[in-house]
Amino acid sequence: MSVSVETRDVSITFGAGPAAVRVLPSVSFSVAPGECFGLVGESGSGKSTVLRCISMLTDIWTGDILINGKSVREMPLIERCRTLQMVFQDPYGSLHPRQSVRTVLNEPLVIHRLGDREERMRKAITDVGLPVSFLDRFPHQLSGGQRQRVAIARALILEPSLLLLDEPTSALDVSVQAEILNLLQRLREERGFTYIMVTHDLAVVDHMCDRFAVMLHGEITEVLPREAIPVNGATHPYARELIGASLEYESAH
Amino acid sequence: MSTRTASTFRLPAPLLALKNIVLFLLKSPTSAFGLAVLTLLILVAAFAPLIATHDPYAQDLALTLQAPGNGHLFGTDELGRDIFSRLVWGARITLTIIFLVSIVVGPIGLIIGTTAGYLGGKVDTVMMRITDIFLSFPGLILSLAFVAALGPSLNNAIIAIALTSWPPIARLARAEAMTFRKADYISAARLQGASPARIIVKSIMPMCLPSVLIRLTLNMATVILTAAGLGFLGLGAQPPLPEWGAMIATGRRYMLDSWWLVTFPGISILSVSLAFNLLGDGLRDALDPKQMNRR
Repeated sequence: MSVSVETRDVSITFGAGPAAVRVLPSVSFSVAPGECFGLVGESGSGKSTVLRCISMLTDIWTGDILINGKSVREMPLIERCRTLQMVFQDPYGSLHPRQSVRTVLNEPLVIHRLGDREERMRKAITDVGLPVSFLDRFPHQLSGGQRQRVAIARALILEPSLLLLDEPTSALDVSVQAEILNLLQRLREERGFTYIMVTHDLAVVDHMCDRFAVMLHGEITEVLPREAIPVNGATHPYARELIGASLEYESAH
Repeated sequence: MSTRTASTFRLPAPLLALKNIVLFLLKSPTSAFGLAVLTLLILVAAFAPLIATHDPYAQDLALTLQAPGNGHLFGTDELGRDIFSRLVWGARITLTIIFLVSIVVGPIGLIIGTTAGYLGGKVDTVMMRITDIFLSFPGLILSLAFVAALGPSLNNAIIAIALTSWPPIARLARAEAMTFRKADYISAARLQGASPARIIVKSIMPMCLPSVLIRLTLNMATVILTAAGLGFLGLGAQPPLPEWGAMIATGRRYMLDSWWLVTFPGISILSVSLAFNLLGDGLRDALDPKQMNRR
């Protein structure tokens, strides 16, 4: 069930020759099966872009992305969908405003011709801690946290092994953030998912991730284990500064 | 939606939405007026044989150009036909034109617009240049050309009007589709393996539908006027069909002595196109997504 992810030299360049703009200079990292890998960095450092590259939502990159040794680019669409899924940052924008939860969950099952739809939908919705009656609700009848749970259920319903989490909690209240993080934690323990999680909250990394990479201007400055956060064990000056600032902020509270 | 389990005491979602929209429209006097006139039009058209007092084609040369009264509510025309009955039967023709034009124009505009808007690139360029070509002709002139080529008849007038009124709708749908194509829920649908056609039909079209419906309703006034204009020029419905525009055209010659020949068809055209405009305005408020969310 668990899969490993390896990205080698992933880069995005617009234009050619001397006028070429390298949006993402070069990103390489590897994630072990069942690991939760964090990507942190300031806004615009390319964290979300990396996720969009892995999920093939952006397909203009060069380099290699391997999932369990298989290139994402060569993976057939159907197989790719059942291997990786993504949870987006903004739960208000990631659910179709005119589709009920039932439609949202039913669509992927129809596309992939899976049977026992009602059963699967019920399981997905209870897995994320919502009552089955929520299936008939529309997004505007749900709170932010409930919407994010539905978005997670939508990601789970195709039974992927890799979940790409694009700041899944940043649009939510602090109390709801903890709920969603605990939910993600529990799901990982139960199913052995591999997570790649984008965030700029080091506290979230500390809570969730085994290792994390600090990104700056589209490059990974340093990959660190979680244990490096409290002691600020980074060697790269930018990573040290980022973790230092976060620790200062934490202690000030 | 098909798998929805029926709940016994609640209306199904589409019907409930329709009820909400109608209730909303009735709150404002102008859109309520529009809705009332159109309901009346539909009822009159549906029960034309019961409402009409005379046969719309029955001539009575002894009673030509009779003023209103004397058993002829709106008087008689130059061949002694009852104008009220002709107006009642003419409602059917008007409704037919509106209905046929809408079911041709709406889907064509929606499909072309959403496809161009969602796919972008070369598809967008090709489709939009074709729409530009159609847009660059004045509607009535292009309709005239089509009718002249195909021969004057009601069906050809409908085809001609349909051919000239889809481009604005396609433009609108494209603009709407372009605002939604980058949304996260579209990305999510792509990640679930949905094909572009599926995304367009299931995710983009429902989002574009309200504005297309509004535009279509507002367009109806123009459609009625164009149909009446073609009828007036003798290129639309042919005599003896009781089409309102054609009635004005033939009545024109007797206008100075017998005002009722042109006045009543004129008032009908005016009130129906006004009603569509007011209803379109009301729909714009009723289908506004922010208003929808409040329900």
